[in-house]
Amino acid sequence: MGKTLFEKIWESHIVVTKQNEPDLIYIDRHLVHEVTSPQAFDGLRMNNRKVRRPDLTIATMDHNVPTSDRSLPILDQTSAVQIKTLETNCKDFGIKLFDINSPNQGIVHVIGPQLGITLPGSTIVCGDSHTSTHGAFGALALGIGTSEVEHVLASQTLWLEKPKTFEVRVEGKRSNPHAVTAKDIILSIIKNIGTAGGTGTVIEYRGEGINDLSMDERMTICNMSIEGGARAGLIAPDQKTFDYLQDREYTPKNYESLVDSWKDTLKTDSDATFDKQFILDINDIAPQVSWGTNPGMTCDVDEPIPSPDEYSNGDANQKKGAEKALEYMDLKSGTMIEDIKIDRVFIGSCTNARLEDLIEASKIIQGQKVASSVNAMVVPGSQMVKRQAEEMGLDKIFIDANFEWREAGCSMCLGMNPDILSPGERCASTSNRNFEGRQGNGGRTHLVSPVMAAAAAINGHFVDVRKLDLN
Amino acid sequence: MEPFENVKSIVTPLDKVNVDTDQIIPKQFLKLVQKSGFGKFLFFNWRYDENENMKSDFILNDPKYDGSKILVAGDNFGCGSSREHAVWALDDYGFSVIISSSFADIFFSNCFKNGILPISLESQIVEKLLQETSPIEIDLENQIIKTSSEDISFEINSHKKKILLEGLDDIAQTFQFEDKISEFEEKSTVPSVL
Repeated sequence: MGKTLFEKIWESHIVVTKQNEPDLIYIDRHLVHEVTSPQAFDGLRMNNRKVRRPDLTIATMDHNVPTSDRSLPILDQTSAVQIKTLETNCKDFGIKLFDINSPNQGIVHVIGPQLGITLPGSTIVCGDSHTSTHGAFGALALGIGTSEVEHVLASQTLWLEKPKTFEVRVEGKRSNPHAVTAKDIILSIIKNIGTAGGTGTVIEYRGEGINDLSMDERMTICNMSIEGGARAGLIAPDQKTFDYLQDREYTPKNYESLVDSWKDTLKTDSDATFDKQFILDINDIAPQVSWGTNPGMTCDVDEPIPSPDEYSNGDANQKKGAEKALEYMDLKSGTMIEDIKIDRVFIGSCTNARLEDLIEASKIIQGQKVASSVNAMVVPGSQMVKRQAEEMGLDKIFIDANFEWREAGCSMCLGMNPDILSPGERCASTSNRNFEGRQGNGGRTHLVSPVMAAAAAINGHFVDVRKLDLN
Repeated sequence: MEPFENVKSIVTPLDKVNVDTDQIIPKQFLKLVQKSGFGKFLFFNWRYDENENMKSDFILNDPKYDGSKILVAGDNFGCGSSREHAVWALDDYGFSVIISSSFADIFFSNCFKNGILPISLESQIVEKLLQETSPIEIDLENQIIKTSSEDISFEINSHKKKILLEGLDDIAQTFQFEDKISEFEEKSTVPSVL
């Protein structure tokens, strides 16, 4: 019987296998950031252990970094200590670091692909759940905890139980791909499969609707696999993938021969079977807006907020969850999404802060102003994205519309730096999680695409971007 | 890691589904660079009001549950961020067993690295345990939960059970396969980054 892409990558990375026990899997790339690594390096020191393969490991600082003027000292002392600690650890253990002043600094999941560090068919780990992003290149990319970070630093391997396989087939064509985006596709998938729908599985996204996507869009899809509970998400590499990685700063020298070998092997065999399947038809899907406190609590922009009964389909616990969510969000069932007024707009995060995201958002706001009641900001995913956007003059479009134009980092996606919501503030956000307090204690997050966020900034409330002239 | 020992205590019922790791330990506490001392920040935004006074309506603040070592919660516990700080906070607070109808994968794996036993049971049994007021006993060796009225058996992968019971150091175990790792590296076709 044929094998899935995931099974092929898994099997080619097994170091040790025993029946009824986890496999020891080799890790090709380890990405490190300041928040989930200090305790791992401490563990190495306590046991007199080295980093086994510093040449397969890179680090950057993204979660804590201020997005304001980088020439100023970091005011938050605990953040400053954590950033300094990463510098010291990288120096002591010989790890390449893209520090706060590096032209390559940025969100770890944005810089990996941009620098050609992410490679098809490889195994990639990072102490961050959104590592799934790299799956867009046909890599098996897993988010791990700090103990596992330490384990990989020490041994370049991980003990892992083999996940099940989950095919998510995206069929059809969007009639207006500028209005209905990759973000809307993945939010629709999560709305349907649920936030635990992918637990214990690796999703492979397939079908015409996936083949049509650009690499930036595919990264948005794979990024949010974890929001559907999946261990990882991946997409088989094709010519778009190979072209994207060509001539990047760290693209391997023997790239062409690697591509030749990938073309033959990195795909799911036609007679392979998956443990689970879900099919989404995207011919008629609408822009999505989350109304609750997890990414599954999402509806179409032209729908009213569902009642807890409608949402829960008879599950008493889910109903309770929806009631709690509406209370936290200060929303009522039946309210039309377009009638929800917003206070803040955040265009950023590893989900939606790549160059194409900024280009699409800029088209919406060109020549217009952010509503007077709204505070809006753009935080490019990396310094490279920022430079590329500035070369195209996008920064001027955003600044002229009264958006703040910031330095790269995770920023208000999780609010570890000074970019946070105040209690009660409502935000249209291009990030990935609408959990209670995620963007600031008491803050209320609505997950949307970059174009939906941009349109909300201009209008002060959500609007259906399908009604706008986007060509 | 200390070997896991059987636990007897009353349960703390946290009757919520989809408890994410942002709730278990909010972001502002992830800036610390050590593993200890996270217990006082556990469920911070649910436990304290804006003036950092204890909220009387949150279950952990009910003195009845002081000293409880077993947390029982709804479906998909530990979803979201990979932050191991969530497990460090539960551990430091005093929980050594978490019972739910399902766990998010990364959280589940993080538990075993810190000597915490996550037990997955059918929803109806979890519902019953949420109502349990007498102490219950967790016997890992025999995979049994003893309540005042019945014995409930639970499943656990034999390898994970061994790790907890023996308090094994994962990395030391892995180093026994040093020759296999080197052998793999010699054959690997994936180039270095640098």
